[in-house]
Amino acid sequence: MHVPILKQGNWLIASVQSVLSDADLLQLRDDLADRVGQFRSRGVIIDVTVLDVIDSFATRTLSASAHMLKLRGAETVIVGIQPDVAFAMVQLGLTLEGVGTALDLEEGLAYLDNLFKREIEHGR
Amino acid sequence: MEDEARVPINSSADIVTARQKGRTLAMDLGFDGSDLTLIATAISEVARNIITHAKRGEIIILSSNHGSKHGILVIARDEGPGIPDVERAMQYGYSTNKGLGVGLPGAKWLMDEFEIESKVGNGTKVTMKKWLK
Repeated sequence: MHVPILKQGNWLIASVQSVLSDADLLQLRDDLADRVGQFRSRGVIIDVTVLDVIDSFATRTLSASAHMLKLRGAETVIVGIQPDVAFAMVQLGLTLEGVGTALDLEEGLAYLDNLFKREIEHGR
Repeated sequence: MEDEARVPINSSADIVTARQKGRTLAMDLGFDGSDLTLIATAISEVARNIITHAKRGEIIILSSNHGSKHGILVIARDEGPGIPDVERAMQYGYSTNKGLGVGLPGAKWLMDEFEIESKVGNGTKVTMKKWLK
């Protein structure tokens, strides 16, 4: 199922609405890379609250998306990984290393705000 | 209540169907909480293994009883090229297709029992079980 991507201020929010097939995940990755260019966004939140399974393919695709977006100049935060899903990911040895994560959408927005506030304070 | 599900695996969309059927059946069999997620995730990994290496196959999900133990049995089988070196395929991080090499060893960790039979030219059969605690 197609994942809607909303622009909120400087950020993009991709809010997953239902289970995703492999093709949907790849589509999301490509859509985000396009939108970051279109809206000149510096931060992206991917909300995966509704996902009941994040397997090795999903982890690899989310991780690749975050690294691709980083190369396009945007930081990614993945929010809403459920406790059971986190448990299964750890059992599989999947860590999403180098990718920002936060508890939920609210914390994800705070994460991006903090990240960019620090950047402004340091005059970059 | 159904106590058996068969899901043909022909495209990546069928991976989603298989893991959803598995979750429903596991719930009917009395599994709950994180076990449901572990079972669904393991099914996802073995189903993807079918798509990646054999293109098509099937997932069969059944109830399983052994003495006083009750649980779920998942069979993933295909008539693909088979795995020349099963021991190597079960090594974490070993992949022939630029994947993470997590699928089969990962599924083994998520379940209680895991067996794999494969013969070059004759396909692969993965049998895995999880018991109710």
